[in-house]
Amino acid sequence: MIMSKIVRTISNLLTPLIFIFGLYIIIHGHLTPGGGFQGGAVFASGIALLIVAFGSYNIQKKLKEHHLSILESSGALIFIGLAFGGIATVFFYNFLVGSSFFGHIPPTGFNPGDIWTGGIIPLMNIAVGLKVIAGLSVIVLVMALASSKIEIEE
Amino acid sequence: MRKTVAAISLGIIIAILIATALLIHPFGYPPSQMDDYIIENTQSETGANNAVTSVVFDYRGFDTLGEATILFTAVTGVVMLFRKKKRGVAK
Repeated sequence: MIMSKIVRTISNLLTPLIFIFGLYIIIHGHLTPGGGFQGGAVFASGIALLIVAFGSYNIQKKLKEHHLSILESSGALIFIGLAFGGIATVFFYNFLVGSSFFGHIPPTGFNPGDIWTGGIIPLMNIAVGLKVIAGLSVIVLVMALASSKIEIEE
Repeated sequence: MRKTVAAISLGIIIAILIATALLIHPFGYPPSQMDDYIIENTQSETGANNAVTSVVFDYRGFDTLGEATILFTAVTGVVMLFRKKKRGVAK
């Protein structure tokens, strides 16, 4: 089912902003409130808006299920791999703090923040963000496809 | 009869909940060592300004692994429930 032209135009205008906001929340997860789960939910809500406006059949042509499942599995693998990266000390040890890759240490107390800090935390935020984006998009897309009466080839 | 029983049991449950809320210990008591430790050391140990994210992804990373597993299981279940049936496969 496709909504009217007004809804489609407004969705076209709004979805890039929603996507940018979700990615901002994911990437700045170690500085501002939010993180991988929240930003991924924002991003997936943009995809849900697209599905509502343009119909699940048209979205399904561009957004394949198995591509999303590959994205989700790769996010999970990156997460577990980063967790195993610090296995020399302890599981989930933050082994990148102090190194040259995302390793700056901010001063204690109030400071404006630096994107290049946090060790494995921003990388884990990105991994979890990929996972949540793909997972929630798959859920919304599959349920919308199942509720629509159109027959879709695999 | 059933309505009176339901009303009485609802009243008992509400009384128990209110009594629990009144009898619970006050907020922040007994004082814990852990929150002060995290607030003081999160910037030097994990390098992240956001203490909540550093708890979620560093100090309590194993919990987040379980959360991600829950999401993965939910997606697997939904996709399996709404999967498209293959044509030509014997029933």
